[in-house]
Amino acid sequence: MSDEAHESPTTVVDARGLLCPMPLVRASQAAKKLAPGEWIRVLATDRGSVPDFQAWIDGRAEYDLVHQDEQAGDDGRTVYVHDVKRV
Amino acid sequence: MAIAQEPQGGTEFATLETRIAELEERYEQRIAELEARLPEDRITIVCFSGELDKAMAAFIIATGALAMGYECSMYFTFWGLSVIKEHAETAGKSFMEKMFTMMLPENMDKLGISQMNFAGAGAKMMRGIMESKGVATLEELMEVAQEMGVRIISCTMAMDIMGVTDEEMRPNLDRGGVGTFLGDAFKSKATLFI
Repeated sequence: MSDEAHESPTTVVDARGLLCPMPLVRASQAAKKLAPGEWIRVLATDRGSVPDFQAWIDGRAEYDLVHQDEQAGDDGRTVYVHDVKRV
Repeated sequence: MAIAQEPQGGTEFATLETRIAELEERYEQRIAELEARLPEDRITIVCFSGELDKAMAAFIIATGALAMGYECSMYFTFWGLSVIKEHAETAGKSFMEKMFTMMLPENMDKLGISQMNFAGAGAKMMRGIMESKGVATLEELMEVAQEMGVRIISCTMAMDIMGVTDEEMRPNLDRGGVGTFLGDAFKSKATLFI
């Protein structure tokens, strides 16, 4: 994160176990509450969320998809992590 | 205010020039913003149906659009997944997933038609007629579409519901959800649901 004031996310949105479109819906609800510079971390198990988040942020001036990666979850499921920042 | 009547004409002119430059910059920015929101030469097709005739319609429109220089995205969901499956496997699946696998067409060669199928006899007859009339087969249309750069996306939610695995799908297809579809649809000049 380049913004030192917000090294940790304002909200962590747990969308694990939810299927399309719920990860996107939960993320956008949380993102609406962000002040400029703040960001949310979204955890999802739906792999479709990876291109979905890219498509959501693409062309939206108010948000940035600052980071995306995948991690091994506790129960063996892959967890897709999306960090969305309010510009 | 008439500039010519101003005694300090030079200063006024410089102010005017600055103002014009400001306006120019503002409008150029605004135009760039608007241009970024214009649709591209693209069409998006939702392929919801697992039937030969509807899949043919989708691929004919897709190849037509590609031939006309358009980009094309095809988003396969629900019964449409049968069109882009390569084969079927039941190993490692739950009871319901096995039922889906056995009840649904294994791949595009096994698709029925949406009217007058008569347990597959209609589809067989339709394939025969199309072949005799020189119509490209669904397989050929899909090959051509892929050669021309179609983007094929399979819906991960439908795959999860029906237990369709990556191993059963054709290779080199994208995966996505509603956001992926809408991202393409918003940039498209036409969007179809077939």
